[in-house]
Amino acid sequence: MLEIQNVTKSFGALEVLRGVDLTVEKGDVAAIIGPSGSGKTTLLRCMNFLERAGSGTMIFDGERVDLARVSGKEAARLRRKTAFVFQSYNLFRNKTALQNVTEGLTVARKIPREQAAETARRALRKVGMLDRADHYPHQLSGGQQQRVAIARAIAPDPEIIYFDEPTSALDPELTGEVLAVMRQLAEEGMTMLVVTHEMGFARNVSSKVVFMEDGRIVESGTARELFEHPRQQRTRAFLQTVPGVAE
Amino acid sequence: MNTRLLEILADSFPKILIPGLTVTIPLTAISFSLAMVIAVAMALVQFARVPVLTQLCRFYIWVFRGTPLLVQLFTVFFGMPKMGIRIDPFPAAVIVFSLNEGAYCAETVRAALESVPAGQLEAGYCAGMTWMQTMRRIILPQAMRTAFPPLSNSLIAMVKDTSLAANITVVEMFRAAEQINARVYEPLALYIEVGLIYLMFSTVLTWLQRAGERKLGAYENQEV
Ligand SMILES: Nc1ncnc2c1ncn2[C@@H]1O[C@H](COP(=O)(O)OP(=O)(O)OP(=O)(O)O)[C@@H](O)[C@H]1O
Ligand SMILES: [Mg+2]
Repeated sequence: MLEIQNVTKSFGALEVLRGVDLTVEKGDVAAIIGPSGSGKTTLLRCMNFLERAGSGTMIFDGERVDLARVSGKEAARLRRKTAFVFQSYNLFRNKTALQNVTEGLTVARKIPREQAAETARRALRKVGMLDRADHYPHQLSGGQQQRVAIARAIAPDPEIIYFDEPTSALDPELTGEVLAVMRQLAEEGMTMLVVTHEMGFARNVSSKVVFMEDGRIVESGTARELFEHPRQQRTRAFLQTVPGVAE
Repeated sequence: MNTRLLEILADSFPKILIPGLTVTIPLTAISFSLAMVIAVAMALVQFARVPVLTQLCRFYIWVFRGTPLLVQLFTVFFGMPKMGIRIDPFPAAVIVFSLNEGAYCAETVRAALESVPAGQLEAGYCAGMTWMQTMRRIILPQAMRTAFPPLSNSLIAMVKDTSLAANITVVEMFRAAEQINARVYEPLALYIEVGLIYLMFSTVLTWLQRAGERKLGAYENQEV
């Protein structure tokens, strides 16, 4: 359903992505893991046109897109088929939880207000935030904000949701509620591409794990293959450094 | 205090207040509204870094912030007729005040736009919104909330600055007071009187500012 080929990206002289290929099938939950600075965030941002890739092709929903040359209008149209959950939530600060969810429906997708509100309430109920629908972001805890952000992501029924370390900004006791929501989405068949440091999630929830280092994909496979029988020495070395892997 | 002075003050009060209500306030209201349109447009152009237009904005702001308001008023009202452009006093004052105020407020609004975290714009994009939609619905409302107190200050300053229009024959409050003074020669009493009326206007605006800030306080513009 989604395929990227040979994506590169540099910031000045710094080569951050050095030719990344990746395929995500419908219903996949693909986890991207790797050391800090390996280019995971940059890859997601290039895929959603927040960052312009140096080169690379994306085949998405039957369309071929040149990541280096996509126009603003094209990008906006393609983004309406996707969603993005940020590490720092980025809820609209001047909107209530409900409005955060309806905004993309009424403004970007021209869905009638009533229908949008209903869809939004359904999404908020799914993440357990319906009772906070009229709260502003600053009135919510980090975990609650991230759950609203997930409701905002699922409401338009996207083809795929990108997550960039959705629990990294949270206190440990709040990560559970967010991971539970993500696990539920995975079980419902939502296609997800998740950059994460949560090895438990990568191992138990994802259908595919990608190990990235130094701007390249070193190895990818099922969670079992990657965690239990890593083929590459660098993957093994990385897994030894992260907590929660050795069991 | 003698009765003559009291009579002059009582007699002049409506004669000063009425131009205040019919000239000073409309002059301020019209000029400030236009200034806001200019300011938001200029701030957006700079925020979006539109080539050429950004440089033009910088040039305009440089000129209008770098020269005295009085010089600008004289140039338009007394100078332009030399080029065959004759403008009546009131519209001339509106043009100069809105351009001058627009230059200052453009900087206020631009700074406020830049204070909105980049993640807000990116979240708008990721929700499928265009740049324009995100600016209008998300970024500008947050920026205007930040800009509200400094813009209110500018407005209060502007009420008082409109007295400079007296120099280009606009009969606003200050010129009305001067005309009375020319007849009765009571400068101390009359200038204090007109000063107090300005103070009254500013006080009302200060109240409005507080009420506005309370209303906007419905959400906090805090860092997350
Ligand atoms: N806008 C930018 N300008 C310059 N350098 C950048 C920019 N964004 C990222 N980088 C650099 O690109 C490299 C990859 O960053 P990226 O954020 O993609 O890594 P990451 O794998 O997500 O790391 P982490 O696990 O810490 O989030 C880093 O060296 C980073 O400093
Ligand atoms: Mg990252």
